[in-house]
Amino acid sequence: MSPADINEDVIKESSMLKQKEMISANYEKLTSAPETGQKVASTYVPGNLNELIMCFDMLNNLPEINAIQNGMRKQSGAMIQDAEKMGHSEDVCTYVKADIGNMAKGAIAPNGKPMPVPDLLMLSYTGCFTFLKWFELLRDQYGCRTAMLHVPYEGDGVITANMRDYVVKQLKEEVIPTFEEVSGVKFDIDRLRENLKNSAKAEEDFVWVLESAKNKPSPIDAYFGGVYYVGPIFTAFRGTTDAIDYYKILRGEIEQRIASGQGPITPEGEMKEEKYRLVVEGPPNWTSFREFWKMFYDEGAVVVSSTYTKVGGVYDYDGFRHDPDNPLESLADYCLGCYTNRNLPMRVDMIEKAMEEYQADGFLINSIKSCNSFSAGQLMMMREVENRTGKPAAFIETDLVDPRYFSPANVKNRLESYFQMIDQKRAGGSPSRAA
Amino acid sequence: MKCYIGIDLGSTTTKAVLMDDKADILGRGITNSRSNYETAAAVAKQEARLGARLTLFRRGLTELTELEGIDVLMADLERSIRCEQFTEQLQDLHDTCASHISDGADDIKEALDEVFVLLAEESPALFTREAKRKSDFFRDIAGSRVMKLGEQVAKKRGVSFDTLLNLYDKSIIDVENRPPEGGLSEKFRAGLHRLLEGSPEFEIDEELAQIALSKALDVELEETYVVGTGYGRVTLPFPKEHIRSEILCHGLGAHLMYPHTRTVLDIGGQDTKAIQVDAEGIVENFQMNDRCAAGCGRYLGYIADEMNMGLHELGPMAMKSTKNVRINSTCTVFAGAELRDRLALGEKREDILAGLHRAIILRAMSIISRSGGISEGEFTFTGGVANNGAAVKELKKLVNENYGEVTINIDPTSIYTGALGAAEFARRAVIH
Repeated sequence: MSPADINEDVIKESSMLKQKEMISANYEKLTSAPETGQKVASTYVPGNLNELIMCFDMLNNLPEINAIQNGMRKQSGAMIQDAEKMGHSEDVCTYVKADIGNMAKGAIAPNGKPMPVPDLLMLSYTGCFTFLKWFELLRDQYGCRTAMLHVPYEGDGVITANMRDYVVKQLKEEVIPTFEEVSGVKFDIDRLRENLKNSAKAEEDFVWVLESAKNKPSPIDAYFGGVYYVGPIFTAFRGTTDAIDYYKILRGEIEQRIASGQGPITPEGEMKEEKYRLVVEGPPNWTSFREFWKMFYDEGAVVVSSTYTKVGGVYDYDGFRHDPDNPLESLADYCLGCYTNRNLPMRVDMIEKAMEEYQADGFLINSIKSCNSFSAGQLMMMREVENRTGKPAAFIETDLVDPRYFSPANVKNRLESYFQMIDQKRAGGSPSRAA
Repeated sequence: MKCYIGIDLGSTTTKAVLMDDKADILGRGITNSRSNYETAAAVAKQEARLGARLTLFRRGLTELTELEGIDVLMADLERSIRCEQFTEQLQDLHDTCASHISDGADDIKEALDEVFVLLAEESPALFTREAKRKSDFFRDIAGSRVMKLGEQVAKKRGVSFDTLLNLYDKSIIDVENRPPEGGLSEKFRAGLHRLLEGSPEFEIDEELAQIALSKALDVELEETYVVGTGYGRVTLPFPKEHIRSEILCHGLGAHLMYPHTRTVLDIGGQDTKAIQVDAEGIVENFQMNDRCAAGCGRYLGYIADEMNMGLHELGPMAMKSTKNVRINSTCTVFAGAELRDRLALGEKREDILAGLHRAIILRAMSIISRSGGISEGEFTFTGGVANNGAAVKELKKLVNENYGEVTINIDPTSIYTGALGAAEFARRAVIH
């Protein structure tokens, strides 16, 4: 396929264009906040309260997304080194360091304009302890208001009424009043209901998109493509009509692909032959995203389900939807149910179920050493999934946005070995047939 | 006859195994990987073919007569052929070096000639039964002798040693990339004749032996199927189905050597891999060092350089250790500093070396446990480092401490494990 064809393919996907427009428009709004006077809340992807933030006419700025953007545009390396010069250790989460390094450079947004100083730091999820420290650094830098929502860990694998009440109480007594104060806008629960209704609509189509990977061949890659599909629902668009439109368009495109028996679209066009169906645990590497993806599609490997697409909310496993009838309770359930807020047995259950429902050939972990909330316990999870499913599993290590920790030759070598291992296994344990 | 060849293109050495259709190994070949995998593969394969001729000859001879001391005879014959090859390659090196001498530099030419006369004189001694070579690679043997003799000759004649060395540096890659391959049959015949004439202890009729040899040399070694593995595999002009990952090859290779193997540890030049295999040799799980090559074979190479020793000498020296010196770093760069620090503190070389070997094995133990540990079946240790007695000693100790009584297999030919697995994949691709 020639580069011209590739471009043509990319242009054809109107969902991609739609999302691109949404993202640029949001960065425009953010960077012009000093002129428009719109207030800005910084918050994280897991447990983000976008519907609530919108109730106060505030904008939502997500530092991890900025780090990812800088990682994919190959700028995070220098930012991380700057942060290290400032004394941040080699072992600190590289999203944090990319953000700190970016701030030191004047916090430039992807549109080339400076990011606004946040008016509020909204820490709405505490399942990742690094978030706490990250916001402490940002508070120190910006000297702005902070609101903290303590989200209890699902240590026993259930959300109890107590846990829910505890979160709702904080929303009522701490979070909402702080937002009112900072924004000067009075809280209107009907506005929140309206936003949540929008969220639920988009979530319905989003889950349909994820589950479309149950088809053979899968029309999507639920990891490399998945990170694009989660974009609107994980970030500043959940609760907007834009998000509803995006998922409608995307669903239409995928329906067409299913009807014509097509595989996922890759940067080099449509994937022709589906040889391996994988479930993947862990975030992707962003600095060599394309190169990493190529190692999969070149071998005919498609990811049919990934835990990373649950990091900003789990909608498929237990059917959670934002609920306009129980607005604050459903925000609480949303925060409590985020993937990394669930205990290891639950994560194993989710993976096992996905392996089964998506008819996966194997399980792969991309482990990020500096991401404690994801990586702790991963080897144990791998063993357990292997034992329960009898499918081969593999473990590779890369990083989020530090280009120094992506060693392409090694990763490729592991992946190729793994795919051949699946071949052997598939041959029913007889090496002769695998050869 | 149909032959199946596996080639393992490692970061340090390239290995080849040639197998017949009954999965019997006919020959093995090894060479340094250089920066040219294609040449390395060709050389390793050629070496394996030479080995195959010896095996076929041995088989033929055994059919004819029960010969006592056949092992010695075969080893002598191989050495004799290697010596001839070495002499031939030395001549090539001499000619190539001479071709780089600028016009009028007669003093340099004369010095060079003298170096090579001396080299030629001493070379038979390198291939006697008693000789201990630090390496089997032409580059290593010739290189160290050219350095040594060149320095002496340069000093005596008052010419520049650097100029001599420069001639060598310019020539060695070309020379090692065109190994002597012509007239192998002749070398075999002449070698056998010399041997039987000079060593009356072999009670065999030469005519009979020469007939057996001719038969062995006449067999056509057809390259039925070749499978490549190892780091350099993608650089070879092999179609995809002729390439297997080294994890699978090591797993299968270890299984062929020791069928009860369930856990394999391979420490190569830049990889440490722990592989779990099932009863058929199929890989169940593996772990490798991903982001750092600390504690791999290269580490020992670096330490050998730091201590001005040959790689083969490290293990034996470490075995003499009587004291536990703790080395913390498996980082190749830091280990150099730690080593110098310990030396400065007056620690003995052998004790420091023993500590270094332990550090490597400690890291390997962590990779083993990540791959699932050693829970059932036998444990097979492969790769270049498995030839190192000190590393093996530490491994045995640590495996015992962590997993109790475990059968640990180490084959003297374990460096060929990956190539063996690859050859078996090649055989199965055709046979099944």
